[in-house]
Amino acid sequence: MQNKLSISNLDFFYGKAQALYEISLEIPERQVMAFIGPSGCGKSTFLRTLNRMNDTIPGIRVEGDVLIDGKNIYESGTDVVALRRKVGMVFQKSNPFPKTIFENVAYGIRINRIHKDKTDLEMRVEKALYDAALWDEVKDRLHTSAFGLSGGQQQRLCIARALAVQPEVILMDEPASALDPIATQKIEELVVELKKRYTIVIVTHNMQQAARVSDKTAFFMLGKLVEVNPTQKMFTSPDEKLTEDYITGRFG
Amino acid sequence: MADNESIHRRRKLVSSLMTALTLLCAVFAIVILLIILSYIAVQGLSSISLQFLIDTPKPVGEGGGIGNAILGSFLMTALACLIGLPIGIGAGVYLAEFGDNWFAKTVRFLADTLIGIPSIIVGIFIYTLVVLPMGRQSGLAGGLALAIIMIPIVARTTEEMIRLVPHSMREGALALGAPQWRVTLDIVMPAASTGIATGAMLAIARISGETAPLLFTALNSRFYNYFMDQPMASLTVQIFNYATGPFDVEHKMAWAATLILVGLILLINILVRYLTRRKF
Repeated sequence: MQNKLSISNLDFFYGKAQALYEISLEIPERQVMAFIGPSGCGKSTFLRTLNRMNDTIPGIRVEGDVLIDGKNIYESGTDVVALRRKVGMVFQKSNPFPKTIFENVAYGIRINRIHKDKTDLEMRVEKALYDAALWDEVKDRLHTSAFGLSGGQQQRLCIARALAVQPEVILMDEPASALDPIATQKIEELVVELKKRYTIVIVTHNMQQAARVSDKTAFFMLGKLVEVNPTQKMFTSPDEKLTEDYITGRFG
Repeated sequence: MADNESIHRRRKLVSSLMTALTLLCAVFAIVILLIILSYIAVQGLSSISLQFLIDTPKPVGEGGGIGNAILGSFLMTALACLIGLPIGIGAGVYLAEFGDNWFAKTVRFLADTLIGIPSIIVGIFIYTLVVLPMGRQSGLAGGLALAIIMIPIVARTTEEMIRLVPHSMREGALALGAPQWRVTLDIVMPAASTGIATGAMLAIARISGETAPLLFTALNSRFYNYFMDQPMASLTVQIFNYATGPFDVEHKMAWAATLILVGLILLINILVRYLTRRKF
């Protein structure tokens, strides 16, 4: 299995405060990698270094390498806009645009000029909604406000929006933490389905969720990567005592 | 220790008392407004006729109206909007989206100061800058004075409204590969449009009621005037003239003109609200 992302010796600072310490991690292609760890351990920060989303925060500093397909994304001259198209992101809180359902999905296609003509655009929107398992629920109301959807539907709309620009990697920052169990299950099924075509990195607070959807799991604590292992092994016989304590609920 | 029930009774009492107090304040604020409006209506309604709306001012006793003043007010307000809205909104966008530096902080401070400056000073400023070199008062000078009053108000409300757009929405667009300027234009501005329109509305209402800066700059005119380089009549200055005149007929006309002014502002307000109503 080839590695899609390869991170080596990554340090991250918010101003003077160091948030990540010497993280090295290989993320294989077309698999799901889950990040677990207590709140504030840096897993979201780390996720956001992978598409340079942290760049929008003033006063940050990154040291170390993040290679995607062998290319360092922190090299000067990297086109951040192109990078973010390639590495899509789904956020903890669904954040649809104040537009129609159709326009929410079409937006990314339009700004990146992916479509050939109007019919092509419509087909791409339909496909993205279909892939996000939302098409059947919204096909009759494509041109109504996205805010009229339920929380779970809004989150799947955001996934559809991310899929529409044809990314290769999808970063998910606790995508189901604000959803009810049924909506959560739908998102999880979707993640398993999507890994056939995409490399997925998912941050989660829900240990069962990590166990259900991921192939590999990485455990973070206090800005350090404690352990990475195949999920099966991680949840049965972890290498580190710290991991075992966390997973069995002895702290965190 | 007091028993539970008496604590609860006291809390309920305090709660209802506070609710009543705020309600009283709200009623007070509304009642004052209603009294002013109804007084204007009662005083002004009797003098309003179609003739009054289209006539120019005439010597006392021969009737006369405010047609040219309505036109003048409209032209100067339009000019002020044409200049003030783009600059004000543009400045507000800058302050909100890129305004984390000393320059923006200075602009913000100066804008706040400018909002608080008596409008007559803006009139004097334009008088020195435009009226003296041109050699006469004009609609252009009036419109410019109004624009200057408008810009800081529009800039600050636009900034506040744009800041209210959740950061997560921007991140959503950035994560799709949208460049910063498109995020602002496609996502942030539409999301803030209702608020920006309200700010523009407030500014328009404010300048529609300005008299002092127009006295120096646009002066007044007894005729219909379509040219911005000539002295121009306005509703507010006309109201001032009628109201300070010695005759009761003039006072009646001042009331009528006031009613028209309030009505027009209300109309613009409703129109803008309708045009920018929340679609999503």
